[in-house]
Amino acid sequence: MTRRRSWWLYLVLTAGLIVMVMPFVWMFISAFKSTPEIRQHPTSFWPIDPTLDNFAELFGRLDFTTFFANSTIVAVCVTLGNIAFSSMVGYALAKLQFRGKRLLFGMVLTTLMIPGVVTFVPLFVLTANLGLVNTYPGLILPFLITPVGVFLMRQFMIGLPDDIIEAARIDGASEWRIFLRVILPLCGPAIATLTILTFLGSWNNFLWPLVVATSEEMYTLPVALALYSISQNAAQYGLMLAGAVVVVVPVLVVFVLLQRYFVQGIALTGIK
Amino acid sequence: MTASAPSTPARRNTARRARRMTWIAWGFATPFLVLFLVFMAGPIVASFAMSFTDLTTRDLETPFAVNLIGFDNYVRLFEDPRFVRSILNTLAFVVIGVPLTMGVALAVAIALNTGIQRFRTVFRVGYYAPVVTSIVAIAIVWRFILQPDGLLNGALSLVGIEGPNWLQSTTWALPALILMAVWRNLGTLMVIFLAGLQGVPREHHEAAMVDGANAWQRFVNITLPAMRPPMLFAAVITGIGYLQFFEEPFVMTRGGPLDSTLSTAMYTYQQFGFGNYSLASAASYVLFLGIVVLSLIQFRVLGKKD
Repeated sequence: MTRRRSWWLYLVLTAGLIVMVMPFVWMFISAFKSTPEIRQHPTSFWPIDPTLDNFAELFGRLDFTTFFANSTIVAVCVTLGNIAFSSMVGYALAKLQFRGKRLLFGMVLTTLMIPGVVTFVPLFVLTANLGLVNTYPGLILPFLITPVGVFLMRQFMIGLPDDIIEAARIDGASEWRIFLRVILPLCGPAIATLTILTFLGSWNNFLWPLVVATSEEMYTLPVALALYSISQNAAQYGLMLAGAVVVVVPVLVVFVLLQRYFVQGIALTGIK
Repeated sequence: MTASAPSTPARRNTARRARRMTWIAWGFATPFLVLFLVFMAGPIVASFAMSFTDLTTRDLETPFAVNLIGFDNYVRLFEDPRFVRSILNTLAFVVIGVPLTMGVALAVAIALNTGIQRFRTVFRVGYYAPVVTSIVAIAIVWRFILQPDGLLNGALSLVGIEGPNWLQSTTWALPALILMAVWRNLGTLMVIFLAGLQGVPREHHEAAMVDGANAWQRFVNITLPAMRPPMLFAAVITGIGYLQFFEEPFVMTRGGPLDSTLSTAMYTYQQFGFGNYSLASAASYVLFLGIVVLSLIQFRVLGKKD
């Protein structure tokens, strides 16, 4: 490529990059402004009088400590469940020969694309009848497995050599032992990817927590943020932007540090 | 070649081992299977069944004591102008949003794939970052950016354009939400397209260059055909995602002004909120059918060989 050509490519890509990143930068900076300062016209980009009041109010007057804890508890449980159950069924699908295997894999594939909006009404009726509305199990159970996770683990395990499994079988190891001692230790990269994708999916999940968390002490962060943003706090610009920072910044930090695993996840499953 | 039949005890042994393996394998699948049947397959079937009943909040305790009312819910839906409006809005979101997202993502992927050696990771991380963030949180940020005196109109005024009051305008609210969706989702498609572009053999481009083909001809005749599978995949996942758009109107416009951003998912949620569970199920099934049909169309259009 000639120098001249790459010069304008850099220019265009950098302009695009600014558009992509600017909303985050603006969110972060404005979270340290007071609401009157944000509404001031014309507004300055940098805070004139930086303040932590917004964050103090989030964790003081509003109960963002609880929401943060709820989001974390739900995401950790959902992630652990997905790691355990997806790798188990993934191992069966990848390495064991048995009757009904194609049926099982067919079930995984057909539900890959079924969205939550199709199932949330009957799921709510079921949850209500189980008495799980407004509880942690109600928030967690429907997400303990995801077809994408099963698919990801299967795809990864298929690539592991059969010889090591055969060798372990000849040594008399049971399938459970092979799974726990031989296969799982080799699945590090896949588990890392699965962990990131499920944790993130749970952290950002909105529709189901909105439906099933009916009182404030069970809200997750996105639910609290969305409901506050359309209620009496709607005009509190600084407060809402600080709330967005609390939801977004941890995720962005993890993403920048571990970005190769995100890309790997897309490569393994073809799905974000 | 046909193997001679093994002796009877050996065959019995193999059969027993196969049966044992089947038990073990289903053992591995059991937690998945139970959760799958109860929380996924069950509700999909139940959703369909519920859409033919008159189930409401009052029947929550006794969901099986409801009446079958045939297609009444579906008739009611299509007689409701708000539902029809929600379908049109959702279709507009998909029909405009999907090609736009794909086009921008493809342009970025090609730009990153040709002639950029330095800062590739910086660009990739930057363009992908919105994908990992909560739609609710960024919808709040964008709500402020799209204010009449917000960041976007401030930037537009620098080049002499007076921007509209995006979210309060029946003309501009939906395009504004589509723009935000493009911004948020192009990173996914960029990564998929980058992977696809790396599979296009370099020799084909070099051979075409020797034959005097210009950049555009090479793009149309070499890159695009080779990119068909990733583009099909991208179209399907983006289309399915956009058919369900919900957080954006929920946070930014409440479906307004005058239902101009009311999506079908939002309509479904509202009916659920009113306690009309069976009507909500019917609406969600219409959406589900839309997802199936959209996938089929896209497979036909982009998947055909020639």
